Amino acid sequence: MQRLVYLDNATTTALDCEVLEAMRPYFSEWYGSPTHEYGHAFGLKATEALEESREVIAESIGAEPGEIVFTSGGTESNNLAIKGLALANKDMQQLVTSKIEHTSVLNVVKSLEKTGRFRARYLTVDREGFVDLEQLENEINEETLLVSIQHANQEIGTIQDIKEVGRICEDMGVLFHVDAVQSFTKVPIDVKKLDIDLLSISAHKIHGPKGIGALYVREGVKLKPLMEGEHREFGLRPGTENIPGAVGFAKAIEIVNESQLEQMRRLREHLTEGFVEMPDSRLNGPRGDKRLCNNVNITFRFVEGESVLLHLDMRGIIVTTGSACFSKTLEPSHVILALGLKHEDAHGSVRFSLSKYNTFDEMDYAVENVKDVVEQLRIISPVGR
Amino acid sequence: MSFYKSMYSTKLLELFKNPENVGEMPDPDVKVTEGSLACGDMITIFLKINDETRTIEDTKFLSYGCAANIATTSIMTQLAKGKTLEEAKKMTFRQIADALGGLPPVKMHCAVLSIDGLKSAIRKYEEERGLIEVPELDESFVRSRLRHIINPKVGRDIVSTGIVEEIRVHEAKVEVDLNLSEADEFKNYIVEEIHERLDRLPNIRDLKLNFEVE
Repeated sequence: MQRLVYLDNATTTALDCEVLEAMRPYFSEWYGSPTHEYGHAFGLKATEALEESREVIAESIGAEPGEIVFTSGGTESNNLAIKGLALANKDMQQLVTSKIEHTSVLNVVKSLEKTGRFRARYLTVDREGFVDLEQLENEINEETLLVSIQHANQEIGTIQDIKEVGRICEDMGVLFHVDAVQSFTKVPIDVKKLDIDLLSISAHKIHGPKGIGALYVREGVKLKPLMEGEHREFGLRPGTENIPGAVGFAKAIEIVNESQLEQMRRLREHLTEGFVEMPDSRLNGPRGDKRLCNNVNITFRFVEGESVLLHLDMRGIIVTTGSACFSKTLEPSHVILALGLKHEDAHGSVRFSLSKYNTFDEMDYAVENVKDVVEQLRIISPVGR
Repeated sequence: MSFYKSMYSTKLLELFKNPENVGEMPDPDVKVTEGSLACGDMITIFLKINDETRTIEDTKFLSYGCAANIATTSIMTQLAKGKTLEEAKKMTFRQIADALGGLPPVKMHCAVLSIDGLKSAIRKYEEERGLIEVPELDESFVRSRLRHIINPKVGRDIVSTGIVEEIRVHEAKVEVDLNLSEADEFKNYIVEEIHERLDRLPNIRDLKLNFEVE
């Protein structure tokens, strides 16, 4: 059987067996929908599971359980945070975000701009993907409703100085949303210490189930729900709660430990070393502590990423690329372009994202095969000859 | 163990893995490069042409691009070999797609690029040998160039699929009205392609694109 090395964990991860076991009873044994404290046994069991999960999630980011709203995932959390806030505030008109946010932030901001009621400012980033904090201070004014800056980047793993962004927002009296989908459980977050008002997280990036995420909403921050229906999740999210999902999410958080992160860091360094010694390759994003422990992103010059990806796929190595050819809209990665790099640097970029399940042996297998594939493609490339 | 199997044909994947006619030709009669690095699709085509019979005797190519780019260019070089220039000029991107057992609409532009490369090579050969003149800049010339751009939604060109609404040419100035909204998912791609096709033409100095008013 062909070997399989999954290195696309920033997209999604495998469900941990322990998580699955924790979820199992809530599918066909305790399948009730949560009720109030005087409801029937099934409802109470569901309520108990939901609220216990909410406590685990709240504790993991230093929040109160009443500040955690369950959603379907990172995209919905980002939508609820930004759109929900915009709908609830009629007088403020400006949104500030960065050029390298996830599309579920950028497209929400763009759609609000299109209504004509909001103006948006997109902060530039430096060559390693760090947001220009001076520009942030200059862009915030009395009309600014929200600053939305991600914690860590989905493509190049840059970890922003969220503490400093939070301080600036606090000083200038504007609300602060953080998309922490990539960094959650990998970089410590304390919403109180970091002056965060809204924070998006998701389960399936951390070996939890797909279809569940959460939004932290600081007490006192008013949002409008995106959907109408029954009063659930503090009136912010109608619909029967995803109990197995919530239970799985909490379990996924509980089983993260520092040694897994340290292991990923070592694998990341090993993989990075293997790639940067190749001719005409460069690492995108920073090195060291300011990079996510599981992210490696390399541009291989003179080759196009989809070809690399497909050759690797045939060898059982699963990665992704910022090439236009691989994108559904035929556009190159907006993150790589925002670094000030050229289109071809995006086309030739390949992201390797690791998990706790990866091994050193797999890293060696990946490096060996990437070298071979890139070399083959360079032989037939009209450039770099 | 590959999702590409559902998207790409077996023939295409085979040519991607083991492309035919790939490599540099030491002394070609004509060599052209089509596409660009910026677009992520670039090919270089080498032809050996018999001056008397005007037959393509040998073909080689290099590719910077995706699997579809490599496979379409490879099969194009196979099909062109042995044809006279007149026969080769009649080749279409549809033939390329068919020869591969089909191409997804979003990858149809790769077949177009391979045919464009072949035709550019032939045109260059003919211009260099004084067999043809450079055409005059008018509406139909611009339209013919825009026919080489594929609407990725349907896999056919932007002229026949109605994206090109009107073309106005005034001396060296070209203005194109597009039936395309600013919000269209492929807007940036199509705009870039239009610039790619028209900007480098020696007889165009100014190009303006107008979008649909929402």
